[in-house]
Amino acid sequence: MSNSLVLPIVIPAIISIILIFLGKQALTKRMVVFAGALITLVCASFNLWNVMQHGIQFLELGSWPVPYSITLTVDYLSAAFVFTSSLMMIFIIVYSYQSVSFERERYYYYSSLMFMLAGLNGAFSTGDIFNLFVFFEVFLMSSYVLMIIGGTKIQLQESIKYILVNVISSSFFVLAVAMLYSVVGSLNMADISVKLAQLGDHSIITICAILFIFVFATKAGMFPLYFWLPGAYYAPPIAILTIFGALLTKVGVYAIMRTYSLFFPTETVGNILLVLALLTIISGCIGALAYRDMKKIIIYNIMIAIGVIITGVSLLTVDGMLGAIYYVFHDIIIKAALFMLVGVIIRITGQTTFDKTGGLIKQYPLLGWTFFIAALSLAGIPPLSGFYGKYYIVKALFQEQHIIAAVIVLLSSLVVLYSVIRIFINVFWGKPGALIQHPPYMKMMVVSFLVTMLAVAFGFYADQLFPLFHQAAVTLTDTSEYTKILEVK
Amino acid sequence: MEIVMIILAGILIAAAVYLILSRSLLRVIIGTSILTHAVNLLLLSMGGLKEGAIPIYGKEIKRYVDPIPQALILTAIVISFAITAFILVLAFRSYKELGTDNLEEMRGVPDEQ
Repeated sequence: MSNSLVLPIVIPAIISIILIFLGKQALTKRMVVFAGALITLVCASFNLWNVMQHGIQFLELGSWPVPYSITLTVDYLSAAFVFTSSLMMIFIIVYSYQSVSFERERYYYYSSLMFMLAGLNGAFSTGDIFNLFVFFEVFLMSSYVLMIIGGTKIQLQESIKYILVNVISSSFFVLAVAMLYSVVGSLNMADISVKLAQLGDHSIITICAILFIFVFATKAGMFPLYFWLPGAYYAPPIAILTIFGALLTKVGVYAIMRTYSLFFPTETVGNILLVLALLTIISGCIGALAYRDMKKIIIYNIMIAIGVIITGVSLLTVDGMLGAIYYVFHDIIIKAALFMLVGVIIRITGQTTFDKTGGLIKQYPLLGWTFFIAALSLAGIPPLSGFYGKYYIVKALFQEQHIIAAVIVLLSSLVVLYSVIRIFINVFWGKPGALIQHPPYMKMMVVSFLVTMLAVAFGFYADQLFPLFHQAAVTLTDTSEYTKILEVK
Repeated sequence: MEIVMIILAGILIAAAVYLILSRSLLRVIIGTSILTHAVNLLLLSMGGLKEGAIPIYGKEIKRYVDPIPQALILTAIVISFAITAFILVLAFRSYKELGTDNLEEMRGVPDEQ
């Protein structure tokens, strides 16, 4: 019952409106957007602290009683997601200072960034299914703008495909909400959860579940619906690609976690998710091995990570969820770090494929070793951050007797490690390749270094995060605490 | 009544899918707007099409129709309107820049040799 829950949504929206009026004053805009993101982060961390101290927080917008109003329901998972997205947005903003051209900055770049943050935070903290759709549209709309900004030929071609895919999947989202509304007659997620549990195992509920999986799998880039992802993410500049790769697909994952655990915790749905997730891992592995282009390799690594997370989610046990939660936060940080580092490499060498490069380690040792740590962390070498998530997921898979799934997850780590180490070996070792100019890259490097160190810290302090993530996993597997909001009145 | 509406929505969705699968960009955009029409129609009929007054309060009225789907549709219409406007401008820009509206020719990311 505290109004502070709206702040991570409202502040970026207000800052975004202010930024529209600032027009062409590049320096002022940079300062305003940084201050705004910082305030958002402070509010988000206050909410996180509040949730950790006092349990799940609810806010009925407009003080209408629960099933009739739009509620913001911030549980442990949502609070952690809001905090992480606000934190990553700060890094991305500072990274954009040097990597995004002045031309792009002039055309409402930071304004779209802040609007996207508002949409993301809203999607993470809402407790209403139609409101989730609206926040999806908010951040998708800003992602369209970010994708097209600059207007090069490749961007035009790819963003048409991206927008068409998302328009169609949004239509199906409305369709799924309509079907769910006709079954239960409610839009509040806690209320729907209680009412669906009373209905029992109807086939119409499974159909609704498959519709929702279809929608969110398109947003997240899961197996049969990932076809838009490699092309669309290849087109925009690297700073924008970092936001997309680190945060945008994870909203789809979050929505799958939420709807699956609240609405359709049945075995049929779980099995569908498990099979799709494993196929996602396999197709991502094939892509990551096939290409010699650094951006494409990391893009296919996004898909592998999505597959691993959904594998953990599909089991709906505490261990599986715990692994998925550890892995999703690890992946947000490390994907951002890797995209940023690849951005620095592309900046220095002017090449996106690693064939014509080599021998960078002598001139750029810091970049080289940071990339090496990030690569090991991505693969999940024990003291680093990727380990805990995969450990819990594999443990849960063995407990549930899914031996083949566990083997696929473990083998995928090997492919991930090979694909990124291949970049490392080709770019940093060997004899110097194509001529290297020395463009300014120091600010980009500092941010990439900080994000990588954040990933390392995430690995070393995983123990301290355990209580939070454990409680998040427990609330996801046992939804009684989430639906408690209905009894408060 | 609901049956008729559902069949109509089905026909609209079939038309939309057919148009979306065509080559010309404009036909695809017409397809997506037909798809949103179909979905909005379905949202209306899923709320139930029982007899009742319009949902404006009057003292002597006993029964109203369900107001929630109407509010949802209003939101969905505005969103899809904004996106359609955006994508039309994008289509115009890409026609000027690329000189084609054939989706087959929009190769996008170059393949490696």
